[in-house]
Amino acid sequence: MKVALKLSPSAWVGAVMLAVFVVIGIAGPWLAPYDVGPHALDLARRFEGPSAEHWLGTDGKGLDTLSQLLWGARAALQVSFIVVGISAAIGLSAGAIGGWYGGAVEEVLMRFVDILMSFPGILLNIAIVAVVANPGVAVMIAALCANGWVGYARVARGQVLALRERDYVAAAVALGAPPARVIWRHLMPNLMGPALVQMSFGFGGVILVEAALTFLGLGPQVDYTWGAMLDQARTFLWKTDWVKLYTLVPGLAIMWVVFAANLLGDGLRDRLDPRQRGRS
Amino acid sequence: MSLGSFLLRRLGSGVLAILGVSILVFSFLHLVPGDPIDHLAGGEATEGQRQQIEACMGLDRPLPSQFLAFLGHIADGSLGHQCPDPEKKPTVAARIAEVFPHTAALAIAGMLVAILLALPLGVIAAIQRGTWVDTLATTASLAGIAIPQMMFAPLLVFIFFVTLGWFPGPTETGWKALVLPSLAVGTHLMAMLARMTRSAMVEVLGEDYVRTARAKGVAEGRVLLVHALRNALLPVITIAGMQFGSLLSGAIIIEHVFARPGLGTTLLEAILERNYPVVQGCVFVIAVLYVVVNTLVDLAYGIADPRIRHS
Repeated sequence: MKVALKLSPSAWVGAVMLAVFVVIGIAGPWLAPYDVGPHALDLARRFEGPSAEHWLGTDGKGLDTLSQLLWGARAALQVSFIVVGISAAIGLSAGAIGGWYGGAVEEVLMRFVDILMSFPGILLNIAIVAVVANPGVAVMIAALCANGWVGYARVARGQVLALRERDYVAAAVALGAPPARVIWRHLMPNLMGPALVQMSFGFGGVILVEAALTFLGLGPQVDYTWGAMLDQARTFLWKTDWVKLYTLVPGLAIMWVVFAANLLGDGLRDRLDPRQRGRS
Repeated sequence: MSLGSFLLRRLGSGVLAILGVSILVFSFLHLVPGDPIDHLAGGEATEGQRQQIEACMGLDRPLPSQFLAFLGHIADGSLGHQCPDPEKKPTVAARIAEVFPHTAALAIAGMLVAILLALPLGVIAAIQRGTWVDTLATTASLAGIAIPQMMFAPLLVFIFFVTLGWFPGPTETGWKALVLPSLAVGTHLMAMLARMTRSAMVEVLGEDYVRTARAKGVAEGRVLLVHALRNALLPVITIAGMQFGSLLSGAIIIEHVFARPGLGTTLLEAILERNYPVVQGCVFVIAVLYVVVNTLVDLAYGIADPRIRHS
């Protein structure tokens, strides 16, 4: 991609940081020195500090914290990747169709967007996950997609409204291209720039919200999500013991990903949307 | 478009959105498996008790009539009753009114922290654009956006309560107990607002009227504060206002860490207890707050910049 090569240095930093996360997310479970399942419990070795055996110590169940961190990277990568993908697919299609057809279709779409935006997104996510009994990863993903598509739909609709007037689109219509072909072949490629910017920011946003939900004890009941680990860290920090600050490492991991996603998003926006240049 | 018709239009779409959210939540609650009566009655309830609860909650009636009953509760200001024993328990409105001052206090304090820090940071970064000061300020605000509250809030508790003992910790009340939570809430906001302030200032500083002001010899401080900052504030007000709307719906993570009561926590508890009337009431209040704050922001925007015609 020509565009990607011309990114600013800070955007490259973001891209590399994000790549590190993706690699760790994929390889994490194989890199993990210990098992993190319920059968690996070792109650005799609870709440241990960092040691040569357990680099980041053990948690309240005697599980290795570093291994949990690595498994947590997998969980975070999985959820954010799928949520961003599904949200973008739904949002771009809905927005493009709404913008192209206009009229009642657009009106219904925009009213629906209004409804979802007249309520804080995270509370909606929480409501969905909390209502379902024994929510798994699928429920978490569905909850995050429920309002995740809105941003993409708004971007896509705005772009399509402008693109609709272009000559090449009019030419395609005049040559008898069916709407599906016009949308897919002529509009979609032009939506990819803004969509990519949105996806980059969205990646960080999803990681934060997913961690917030698991921090509150909602969602899949596993110990190794970064949010759940941070929730447990709070019990470590009730005594004045600076060493225990290492339990906040999952927070640093979240910060790493969100920071990277925002750096890359800023860079892509400057690159792909010249009007926004300097507004970072 | 005149201000009056703008307001009317906004109110119309706002009411529509609030109604939409209410219907959405209402149907969602009734679609999801999980019997609210089981949660309220417990395992040992007799059939008679169960029927009593069912009747009290109106669950024996058809869905449209249940929704109409909810609209009736909005009209009479109670927002609904908690079952069983609606006489002994507070109305939903009373329960919300009890926690709302905590939420409002945190939202206002957090907002103050954010604005007081963000404006100087953003302005300095803009003036020093391209220097190491700018890089530092920009990186710091990006870090502020990226740092999860789930880590930052416990860290604040650990440093300022557990270790130093400067401020009260979780579960305590009083204005001093507001310091740490509002810092936790404010930092994130501050980071966003500082970024906005910087970019708006950078843009405004390149405008012709700023050059004119400098050319005619206006003191630099006055150029920055009167000519530039005032105009740069517009987008900042928008973002601040929108964020305030979501703060008023409860900073649920912060409430969780500091064991503070609040709107968000009340909603979460009600969902987990399947306490439908409270869920509906909270959702309604939050949606109303959201829409009202956003409308006010739009109005403020128009008043601050007369060039903007509401359309």
